[in-house]
Parts: sequence; structure tokens; C-alpha cells
Amino acid sequence: MAVCIAPIAMIFTACNARAPTDGVVLDFWGMGREGEVAQQMMPEFEAEHPGVHVHVQQIPWTAAHEKLLTAYVGHVSPDVAQLGNTWVPEYVALGAIVPLDSLIKRTPSITANDYFEGIWATNVLGDTVFGIPWYVDTRLLFYRKDLLAQAGFPSPPTTWAQWIAALKAIKSRDEPGQYPIYIPTNEWPPPTILALESGSPVLKDGGRYGAFDDSAFKTAFHFYLSFFQNGLAPKLGINEVGNIYQEFERGTYAMWITGPWNIGEFRRRTPAGFQDKWATAPMPGPTGAASGVSLAGGSSLVIYKASRHPKEAWELIEYLSRPEQQLRFYHLTGDLPARIETWRDTSLADDPAAHAFEEQLHRVVPTPQVPEWELIATRIFDYGEQAIRGGVPADTALARLDTEVNNILERRRWLLDRPHRHEGR
Amino acid sequence: MSRAPGERAQARAAWVFLAPALLLITTFFFLPVVTGLALSLTDFDLYSIGHPDNIRMVGTANYRALAQAPMFWSALKNTLYFAFVGAPLSVLAALAAALLVNSRLTKWKGFFRTAYFAPFVTTLVAVAIVWKYLYHPRFGLLDAALGAVGVHAIDWLGNPKWAMPAIIVVAVWRSFGYNMLIFIAGLQRIPHELREAAELDGAGLWARLRHVTLPQLTPTFVFVGVITAIGFFQLFAEPYVMTGGGPLNSTLSMVLYMYQEGFRWWRLGSAASIAFVLFALVLVVTILQLLWRREET
Repeated sequence: MAVCIAPIAMIFTACNARAPTDGVVLDFWGMGREGEVAQQMMPEFEAEHPGVHVHVQQIPWTAAHEKLLTAYVGHVSPDVAQLGNTWVPEYVALGAIVPLDSLIKRTPSITANDYFEGIWATNVLGDTVFGIPWYVDTRLLFYRKDLLAQAGFPSPPTTWAQWIAALKAIKSRDEPGQYPIYIPTNEWPPPTILALESGSPVLKDGGRYGAFDDSAFKTAFHFYLSFFQNGLAPKLGINEVGNIYQEFERGTYAMWITGPWNIGEFRRRTPAGFQDKWATAPMPGPTGAASGVSLAGGSSLVIYKASRHPKEAWELIEYLSRPEQQLRFYHLTGDLPARIETWRDTSLADDPAAHAFEEQLHRVVPTPQVPEWELIATRIFDYGEQAIRGGVPADTALARLDTEVNNILERRRWLLDRPHRHEGR
Repeated sequence: MSRAPGERAQARAAWVFLAPALLLITTFFFLPVVTGLALSLTDFDLYSIGHPDNIRMVGTANYRALAQAPMFWSALKNTLYFAFVGAPLSVLAALAAALLVNSRLTKWKGFFRTAYFAPFVTTLVAVAIVWKYLYHPRFGLLDAALGAVGVHAIDWLGNPKWAMPAIIVVAVWRSFGYNMLIFIAGLQRIPHELREAAELDGAGLWARLRHVTLPQLTPTFVFVGVITAIGFFQLFAEPYVMTGGGPLNSTLSMVLYMYQEGFRWWRLGSAASIAFVLFALVLVVTILQLLWRREET
């Protein structure tokens, strides 16, 4: 770019961003708040790597999946991107992202042992690593300490039986319009977590068929429905509760299955006097704490095959994976760090609400690693909702879910079983 | 201009003049439509990108899968609800506005015409975002106004019962200005003599409207009805911006469902089949409307 006329340059900042023609320009795509924060972390990286400029593109979460796919189809992929870790199989199937094994071997500061096992596993397909965890996410119990104690349970439940007993004890307060637990009917994580806890693989035969009609998933699904059938949870979706934080404070709900971002939300949105009344606990399991697993969520950093600067791209990932940058990222966003080492810092180690998350993160399981997973996940809550609110019998809903998921997976079966196949992982 | 060889030369000239338009229409309309139809008979999806040998001809499988998908039926139901409630409302609002603006008693006609037409030429996404604020249960003007008269706040866009009516209001508000202009043109075409004659015969305001104005407006009605119905069947931007199709899929329209299948899940074969179902639906409704109007006249 020879001339960059000042006023135009002010309008199109991209003109500035691409100005150093002699150096390397890395395109980095981050989503939502993470994309915003990534921008602030780049000057230090650029100072360390003269001649490299990182152009951060921020994408809203709601459009991220479409944008990333469309960019790939249109040959305008970034060099490095943040990818929801359940999306990794999809981009591997596309052949859009590169294997990282040889790079990891050459980089002593990044090894699998530095990360939570279940989280690292979400980036591994076959035996190949395709992404490096950036931050982690999981779901567990947020609960009212005072209400649980009043009901005779000084510590949070660890087994399903204790859990139900505690909920029933809270229910016996018998306040109209109050429920011991809130499980949004239009979210896929709660039924999926319960299924993983009861040992269901969710999909079977290498992701060829649904396992929804099998006994493990059935047990979990009936358990899930029992919350609603016994009046322990209201039959409400996430957008049907006006202000969940206020309702929690009022005691409308005593428990809620949700994620780490709500630690910050509770601190921000509820009054100071309420802060000692809520706490977090790992998911109770069918047979005790060890079976109390949850989802291995979060985002990974990946390198696109189309990148012309894979070396610099990996240097950027290495930089963002350093413990001190992980910690800085946590302070900027509240997203939980993926590296175990970072959790020893006092800001996390001394935070009681974070404790349960650390414990839970050692017991997380990836969801089935098939490109169709996102679509299947929406089907799970859809049929769950039909059973909860639509009056469809549980086993009928499961049989229908199984049929629909098997239809979705027909394509995958055909690709896997074809003699000459194309990356049909 | 000589006449004898003229016919043929003229025909040739006509083709030459038509050629650019025909070429453009063929390239950018007929070809995509035919490709779309072909696509709807394949299982083109994520796995097919860059690997054309992964594409299979599946015949009517996409259409049969739609018939079994509960999402498709809710999208169809919502679209029909939106079109059959929204389109008549839009036409009635347009007619009422046209009658008012066209009345001899109305002052500043130009101002009102412009004001009513303005929503139609504003950017839909911007307007939808403004309406989203208006509908907000805590900070929205609408609920504040309702609160002032003692009505409890309604979460318009978060409540499955109210979300679609809320979207209909936005769509009607946005579209009636255009129809109003067409109605005004229709009204101005009605000969003054007819109205004067009816007045001399002692016809009141209502009788004149019923027996003179409306029958004279029939051709306008057909045009406005067809155009509005077609537009309303293609509902997309309002739910895309305001609700994302929720809550509980209560504002999921056919086009939004098609968009999700096509660009969220990248199941283009399935998305193309939805497009053709929508096409068939609009075609049937349009033909019915034309037949009905023809019978009436």
C-alpha cells in the first residue's frame, strides 16, 4: 500500500494494520469479550517479535460459527483462531486446521501434562492434537448455603440420592412459587452431563449411532425428568426467568446448574450482604464424587492450513499459553485458565467459588467428537423439552431422538464405511 | 423504415435489445434456481466442501426428512401465523392511512405521507434493534407506558406467546407505508363524478366507502395483497435480529430455519429443499388469491 491518505486511514484502521509491508501480519480471530481482550495482549507479543504484527478481528459469539465456516469456504481464513473446543472435530473434518504434534514436541513449555486431562482430550482426534486449550469452561452447582443448611444439609450433596433428598427437604418449606433447583429446559448441558455421569457414551460405534435408547442414557434421562415431574424444578427456559440473580437472592431457587461466568455475575449483580450466602459445588454423581463428571468445555487456539506464517502463528499460541499470560487473561475476562499451574496463583487458589471449578475440571469428559455434535446437542434439549413441557412420554421422546440423530449420522456412517474416504473422521 | 423485410429485422432488433436483460436474468436468476433445485436433491453438507466426490444424489430424501422434522412444522406454523395475521393487518393499516391522508379535510398531506412512508425506507436491522429496546421488559418504553396505566410489564420478546405478535407489530409498522402509497394512487384514480353522484343520491360516508371506493380499489387490492403476502412469507430479519427464532422456536420462520440449516449447520441440500417448499407455498397462496379476486370482480 503506497499511499495511506490520513483521513481515510483514520476511517479504515485496517489500512494502518496492514501497513508494515516488510514484516509479517498475522490474522487472529477471537470471539466476543475474548477477542476484545486479545487486542490488549498483543503489544507485548509484538515487542517480543519485531517485524510481526497481529491483526485481531473480533467476532460476536452468536455469529462465530457461521463466520468461521464461511471464511474457510471463501478462502479468507485467519492464521490463528479461537475455536470452541467442541467445534474442533468439524474443522478437522473440513481439513481446515493443522496437526500440532510436531510443534508441541519442539516446544518444552507446552505439554499435555500442563493441562486438565479431559480438556486436552477435546483437542485430540485419533492420536493427533489439533488445538491448544486457551481457557476452560464447565458446568456445576451454584447453591444457597443458608437454605441448604436450614434444610439439614450443612455440606453440598455428592451423590444423586443425597441430591434428591436435599432438594426434597428444601421443597418441604412449601413456599408457593419457589423451587429447590432451577434447570433451564432449553439447555443441552444438564441432560448431557447427567448422561455422561451415568456412563453413557451418548453416541456409540465410533459416533455412528445414537446411544439414547440404551439403559445408561435412559437412566439419566428419567432422573433428569424427575426434577420437573416431582416439582423440584420449574418448567421454564432460560429466557423465561426475568432476572435469575434476583430470583436466587429471593430464594425462589436454591440451586442452579451453570458455568464459571456466573461467579462474576453473582458478585456484580447481588448485594454485598448476600455474598456469603451462595457457593459452588462440583456435580453430584450417581455413586459419589468420583462419578460426578461434567462437560469439558472452553476454547482452543488453532492454526489454519491456509496460514502463510505457521511459525509465527505457533509463536503466538506459545505466548498466549504462558502461565503469566493465562493469569492475565483470567484477570481481564474471568475465563478460567486452561493451565493447571496458573491455578496456584493466590487470586484463584484463595477464591472459594473457584475451588469447586478446579475440582470439577479434574473430572471433565469431552462430548462425542463428531462434526455433527452441535446439531445433535440442540436435538437433545429439544426432545427433553418435549418430554418436560409437551407431554411426550420419556421413552417415546428418547426413541424419536435416537431416530433423528441416527438420520443425522447416516452421512457420517456412509463416509466412514466407504472404501476410499476423504478425512471422514 | 421499409415494411416488407421489416418484420424480421424488427424481431431481430428486439432480440438484440432483449439479449442483455435475458442474459442477466438467465445467469443470475434461472441458473441459480435450477442449481438450487438440483442441490435440494443432494446431501451437500459440511463434508462436501472441497470434496465434491462426497456428494450423493438422494432424490426426495431431504423433503421426506423435512416432513418428519418437528422444527420444520413449527417454522411452517409460525410463518403461516405471521403471514395470515400480519399481511391483512398491514393491508388494512395501509388502507386506513391512505383514506386519512387522501381525505379532503387532511392538512399537511405531504408531511403525513412522508412520515408514514419513512419506516419502509429505513434499514431493517437498525429498526429491529430500536424496537428491541422499545420491547425491553425493564428499560423499554412500551412496558413503561403500560406500567403507567397499571398493566404489569410483559417480556415481549422473551415470552413464547407474545414474541410473534410483537414481531408482527414491527413488520406491519414497517410495511404499511409502501402499501399506503399504492392505495393513494388507486384512490386518486377513482373519478370524482362517481363520488359526487353517490353523494347526490344520499349515500353517507360508510356507504360511499363500501359501494364506491372499495369496489373501485379492487385491482389495487389484488396487487397489494399479493405483494404483501409474498413479502410476509419471507420473514427473516426481524426474528434474526430480535429473537434468534426463540423463545421455544415461537418466532422461527421458514427463511430463518433455512438460514440455520444452510449457514449454521452447513446442510445446504436440506436448506435448498426448504427454499423450494417455501416457493411452492407462496405460489399456491398467490394463485388462490388471484382466483379469489377474479371471482369477486
